[in-house]
Amino acid sequence: MTIRFLLNGEPQEVEAAPTRTLLDWLREDARLTGTKEGCNEGDCGACTVMVTDPDGSARALNACILFLPQLAGRAVRTVEGIAAPDGTLHPVQQAMVDHHGSQCGFCTPGFIATMATAHLNGATDHEDQIAGNLCRCTGYAPILRAARAAETAPVPAHMRADAETLRADPFHWSEIPSGGAGGRQPPAAPTSADELADWYMAHPDATLIAGATDVGLWVTKQHRDLGQVAFLNQCADLREIAVNVETIRFGAMANLNDVQAELAPRHPSFADMIRRYGSVQVRNAATIGGNIANGSPIGDTPPALIALGATLHLRRGEARRDLALENFFLDYGQQDRAPGEFVEGVSIPVQPDRLRVYKLSKRFDQDISAVCGAFNLAVEDGTIRTARIAFGGMAGIPKRAAAVEATLIGRPATDATARAAAHAFAEDFAPLTDMRASAAYRLQSAQNMLIRYVAEMSGQATSVLEVRP
Amino acid sequence: MSVHKAVPHDAAQLHVTGRARYVDDIPVPADCLHLAFGLSTIAKGRLTALDLDAVRAAPGVVGVWAGNDLDPIPDCSPSNHDEPLLSDGAIHYAGQPLFLVAATGHLAARKAATLARVDVVEETPILSIDQARAADSRFEDGPRIYAKGDIDAALDQADHIVEGTIEIGGQEHFYLEGQAALALPQEDGDMIVHSSSQHPTEIQHKVADALGRPMHAVRVEVRRMGGGFGGKESQGNHLAIACAVVAERTGRPAKMRYDRDDDFIVTGKRHDARISYRAGFDGDGRCLGVNYVQDIRCGWAMDLSLPVADRAMLHADNAYLLPAARITSHRWKTNTQSATAFRGFGGPQGMVGIERVMDHAAFVLDMDPLQVRRLNYYRKAPAADAGPSGGSFSAKMKQGARLDTADLEGRGAVRVAPVTGTAKRFGGAHSPVAGGDAPNTTPYGMEVEDFILNDMTDRLAADCDYKGRRADIAAWNAREPVLKRGIALTPVKFGISFTLTHLNQAGALVHVYQDGSIHMNHGGTEMGQGLFQKVAQVAAARFGVPLAQVKITATDTGKVPNTSATAASSGSDLNGMAVKAACDALCGRIAEVVAPELQAEAADVVFEEGMVRAGTAEMTFEDAVARTYLARVSLSATGFYKTPRIAWDRIAGQGRPFFYFAYGAACSEVVIDTLTGENRILRTDILHDVGQSLNPALDVGQIEGGFVQGAGWLTMEELVWDDKGVLRTHAPSTYKIPCASDAPDVFNVALWDGVNREDTIYRSKAVGEPPFMLGISVLSALGQACAACGPHFPDLQAPATAEAVLAAVTRARG
Repeated sequence: MTIRFLLNGEPQEVEAAPTRTLLDWLREDARLTGTKEGCNEGDCGACTVMVTDPDGSARALNACILFLPQLAGRAVRTVEGIAAPDGTLHPVQQAMVDHHGSQCGFCTPGFIATMATAHLNGATDHEDQIAGNLCRCTGYAPILRAARAAETAPVPAHMRADAETLRADPFHWSEIPSGGAGGRQPPAAPTSADELADWYMAHPDATLIAGATDVGLWVTKQHRDLGQVAFLNQCADLREIAVNVETIRFGAMANLNDVQAELAPRHPSFADMIRRYGSVQVRNAATIGGNIANGSPIGDTPPALIALGATLHLRRGEARRDLALENFFLDYGQQDRAPGEFVEGVSIPVQPDRLRVYKLSKRFDQDISAVCGAFNLAVEDGTIRTARIAFGGMAGIPKRAAAVEATLIGRPATDATARAAAHAFAEDFAPLTDMRASAAYRLQSAQNMLIRYVAEMSGQATSVLEVRP
Repeated sequence: MSVHKAVPHDAAQLHVTGRARYVDDIPVPADCLHLAFGLSTIAKGRLTALDLDAVRAAPGVVGVWAGNDLDPIPDCSPSNHDEPLLSDGAIHYAGQPLFLVAATGHLAARKAATLARVDVVEETPILSIDQARAADSRFEDGPRIYAKGDIDAALDQADHIVEGTIEIGGQEHFYLEGQAALALPQEDGDMIVHSSSQHPTEIQHKVADALGRPMHAVRVEVRRMGGGFGGKESQGNHLAIACAVVAERTGRPAKMRYDRDDDFIVTGKRHDARISYRAGFDGDGRCLGVNYVQDIRCGWAMDLSLPVADRAMLHADNAYLLPAARITSHRWKTNTQSATAFRGFGGPQGMVGIERVMDHAAFVLDMDPLQVRRLNYYRKAPAADAGPSGGSFSAKMKQGARLDTADLEGRGAVRVAPVTGTAKRFGGAHSPVAGGDAPNTTPYGMEVEDFILNDMTDRLAADCDYKGRRADIAAWNAREPVLKRGIALTPVKFGISFTLTHLNQAGALVHVYQDGSIHMNHGGTEMGQGLFQKVAQVAAARFGVPLAQVKITATDTGKVPNTSATAASSGSDLNGMAVKAACDALCGRIAEVVAPELQAEAADVVFEEGMVRAGTAEMTFEDAVARTYLARVSLSATGFYKTPRIAWDRIAGQGRPFFYFAYGAACSEVVIDTLTGENRILRTDILHDVGQSLNPALDVGQIEGGFVQGAGWLTMEELVWDDKGVLRTHAPSTYKIPCASDAPDVFNVALWDGVNREDTIYRSKAVGEPPFMLGISVLSALGQACAACGPHFPDLQAPATAEAVLAAVTRARG
C-alpha cells in the first residue's frame, strides 16, 4: 500500500509493506540514522520519534514497534528534524549540551525526541516523561537538569509547523491498492467500528492491530508473518470515552494516556498505576481494548477494571453482547471471544473511590508486573460489606480472589481480618515461579497487599513512592 | 588553559542532533552482507546433526557456515584460545553460536538463523557454583590464595567472630548500542574493520589470526561506542571475526550487529560471586582479621576471568587495614555465558564482601556501622608533597556552584571518637589497637601511601549530616510500622593500573599542519566517558591553543599500534601522558626553530594563549608552525608512556600492582516497604576524589552515572537462568536497569579538592570505575532498613530486589 506522511516537514509518498517498522524504514531506506535501535521492542526509547496527528496533537512514539501504515496522514519528526532549519539547536538540545546530558550519545536522539515533544506539550513531569528512555551512562541527573532548564524556553516555530501543514492540506488515508505481495490482500484500514465489524466478519482470521505495542514484538522478535492485518487507528469512534451519571465507557481504542486522564480524578490509585504502565511512548500507542483483548495474565488494567466491576462490550458484525470482564478470561491464552468478534469497549460503574491498585515489579517505572493487585472494599460501620479483589500475575489469567472476598465479607475492616484472610489466597491462587518473582513471594506479597490496603485505608503510610527525603 | 575546565563532551552537538556516527550508521556499499548467528538452545551437549538446508533456502541468504565449514575454526578468546567462533561439535552454553548466516539484509539473516534443524545429545550442565564445586570444574589448577599475617591466630584472639555469606548477582552491561562490526575487504586480502570495541588492537590481532595474515594486513578503526562498560573489551571479537571471515570468503563487505536478545544471550556479563567470610573483631570494633572464600562464577571460557577474580581479591580490604587476612579465590567453570569485564572488574564484588563484614560486625557490636568503618581505615597519608606536573595546576578549580570548592587544607583528620565499650552486646576484653603501629599495607603487601578517606569521610558525614539523620531515621522507624528507612555511608578505595603490568603503556601520534591545526590520535577509545575531550584538552594546553584547534580522530591501529584496551579506568592517565609526550616533543622542535627569532633560549619558550612567547617577544602559534615547516623540521611526533612504580606477582599475591588509589565515599538513604520489600533511594551524597580534575563536568558525569549503575547492580538488576541454564532475562522487558525515577530524589555530588600525589597527567586521577562502587552504600542502607524490623541480622543478599528485601525483613524478624 502507498501512504503519505510528513517526515521532518517534507511530504513523503511511500510504498509500505504492512509490517515494516518505521525504524527500519528510517535507517535503511530514508538513511536517517540518527534514530537508533536499542532493543527493538519498545522498552529503551532509543528509537523515539515525535508523531503529530491531523488534530494537531503531538506524541512521542517508539519507531521500532510502529508499522509504516500507522503513519498514514500523520507527521513524523526525528532527531534530525528537531533543530531549526537554519541549524539552531532546539532548547532541549542546547540544554542537553550545556548540562552534559549525553555521554556515549546513543540514547540521546531518543531522549531529544521525547523531551522536545514534552516541551511542545508543556509537560514538566520530567521523570515520567523520560521513563521510557533508558540511559546507561549518565544516571539521568544531567538529563533531568537539562529538561528543567529548557522548560521556560519558547517552542520553536518549526515544532508547530507539522500540525499547521496537516491542517492546511488535510492528508487523507490514501491507500492505493497494490495487490500486495503474493496476491495477499492489502491491509485494511477501517474508519469506524461499523466498517471494522463488517470487515472482520469477512476476515475472521485476520490480525487486528491497535497500538502495536504487543503485536509489534510478534514481528520484531518472533518474526511472525501476521497474514491479513487491519489497522484500527482510523476508527475515531472507537477512541471515544463516554461518561454519564452511571457509567464511564472507554472505547477499545482509547489509549492509556487518555484513560489515565479520565481516571485521575475518580480513581487516583488506578491512574497512578497507569502512570507506571509502560512509558509515555507505550501509553501513547497502547489501547485499553488491546490490553484486555490480548488476554495476558499480566496485563495491568484488567485487575483494576475487574475490581471496579467492569463490563466488557463485544461485537461481532451487528451482534453485540456484554459480559462481566472477569468472565472474558477463560484460561491462559483463551478468551470468551468468537471468530470475527472484537472488543468494542469496556465500562465501569460510577462509584465512590475505594479502589487501590498495587503493582509490584522489579523497577517502579515501565516494568511488567510480577503481581498486580486491585482492591475495592465497601465498608459500613467498620464492617466489610462488599469486596471485589482481583490480581494479575497470580494465575494464567487476570483473576478475581473469590475465596479471599468471601472470607472478608461481614468481618471488621481491621488488620486482624486482613491477616486472618491470608490462608484464603492459596485457595484462589497457585502462582508460578519465573524471572520476575518466585511463587512464594507472589503469594506472600499478595497477602500483604490486603494488609496494606487496610492499613492505607486507615491512614497509615504504606507507599515508598510517597516518602520524601 | 584548556585543562581543568568543564567543557562539554566533544561530540555533544553531534549526539543531540543525531549526527554522531556509530558502526551501524556508517554508509555501506550496496552489496554489503548482513550476518547473524544461529544459537544453541541447550547448555551442554554435543551436536550430532546440523541441517542447514532451510537456512540456505531462506529469502536473501547468500551463505551459511557451520564450524566444520571453517578449517581451522577461528578463535575468539582474548586469553586462552578456548572460544571457537562456531561450535566444533561441543556445546558449552545456551546461546553459543553454532552457525553463521550471511544475507542481503539484517532481518533476513536473523529470520534465516531460526530455521536450522539442530540435533544434539544433551548432557547435564554445570550451572551453579555448588555444581561446579562438586564437579571441581574450575579454571587454574586450584584456588589462588593471598595471605597476610596469621589469620588463624587473629581469629582465635578475637572477642567477636562474624561469619556469613553474601551472594552477589551478575550484571548485564546493557550498553545502549549493541555489539557491532563491519568488515571492508581491501586489495590483496587486506581488511579494514570498524568495530564497536574498547580494544582495537585485540580486534586486529584476532582478525589477523582468523585470516591467517600478519597484523599489518588488518586495520581497525573505532570512532566511538554507544557505551562499553567493559562489555566491549573482548566480546566484540566474535562479530569482527565473523565479518572478516565472510568478507574474505565472499569478497563483499560484511556487517554484523546483535539484536538485543542475542546480545544478552551470547555475550558475557559481570561475574556473579559468593563471598563467604569469617572475621574477628575486638570489643571496640577493630578488625583483627578476615578469612574469605571468594567463589567466582566464570562461565564456560576463560576470557578475562583470572584478572577479574584477582581484582576481587585485591579489593577484599577496600579501605580497611586488616592486620591479618586470607583470601581464597575459586574460579568456577560453568555452562553459562563466559563472564567478562564490567566496570570495576571484580573489584566491586570484593568490596561488597568487606563492606558486608563491616555491617555485620557493627550489628553484632551494636555500633554505628560508620564508626566501625572509620575505626578500621588505613592510616592517613602524610601531607602530600605533590608538585606540579607539566604545567599549571595550582589554580583552584573553578567549578559550578554545585561542585565543592571549599579548601580543606588545615582541617586535619577528625580523631576517632573514643570507644568506651558501652552497649557492647557481648562484652569482651579490649584488645590491642588493630594495626596500631603495623605497616599500612594491604593484604598483598602494598603500602598505602596516599590514603585520604579519613578526611573525606569526616567531611562527607558532616556535610550530609549523617549523624543527625541517622538519629532522625531511628525515631521515624520507631513510629512507622510499615515503612522503614536506612542510611549508610560507605567508602571506596580503588587500585589504578592494569594488574597485568605490561598493559600499562600507551602511544600517541600528533601532527601539526602548516596552518597550525592539530591532528591528535592515541590508542584510547571513546565510549562516552569523554576521554577524547580530556586528551584534547591536554593537547591544547601543551600547545597553548584553543581547544577547537585540536582535531579529535578515530582510534586507528594504523596510526598507533600495540595499544591496550581502554579499560581499568586507565584511558586518560595513559593516553593523556602519551599525547603530552608527543606534544612536548613538537613544542621542543618548534621552540628550537623560533628561539633565535624570539631572542631566547629554546628552554625559555612558552606556548600559551595562542602565542609562542619568550619574555616579551612573541609570535602566533600559526606563525611559529609555518617557520618550523619552512625550516624543514618535522611537525609530526609520536608519544609514548609507561606507568612507573608498578611490579606485581599475581601468583604470590605480592607487590605493587597499582600506581595509586582513587577514593570516594557515598552516603545513601533508602526506604523499604516491609509488606512487599519495595524499596527506593531517597537521597545520596557523594564526595569523590579525581585528583586535580582534567574536566570536572565529565568527571561528575562519570560519578553520577557510575553510582546509578552500581546501585542498579545491587538492587533491581537481576539475571535469572532457569534450571536448564537458559537465560530468562534477555531484554529490557525482563532485565531492568535503572530509569530516571530510580536515581536518588536528592543527589549531591562533590569533587574532593585534592591532587594526585603521583605524577599523573596534570595530577588528575582515573575516574571510570571507582564511582561504580559508591553504589554499595545503597545495599548497606537497605540492610540497615531491614535491620530496623527485628532483632536478627537481616543478611540481605544482592541484588536487593523487592523479593530479597522482603526475605531479609523476614529474617530480621526471626
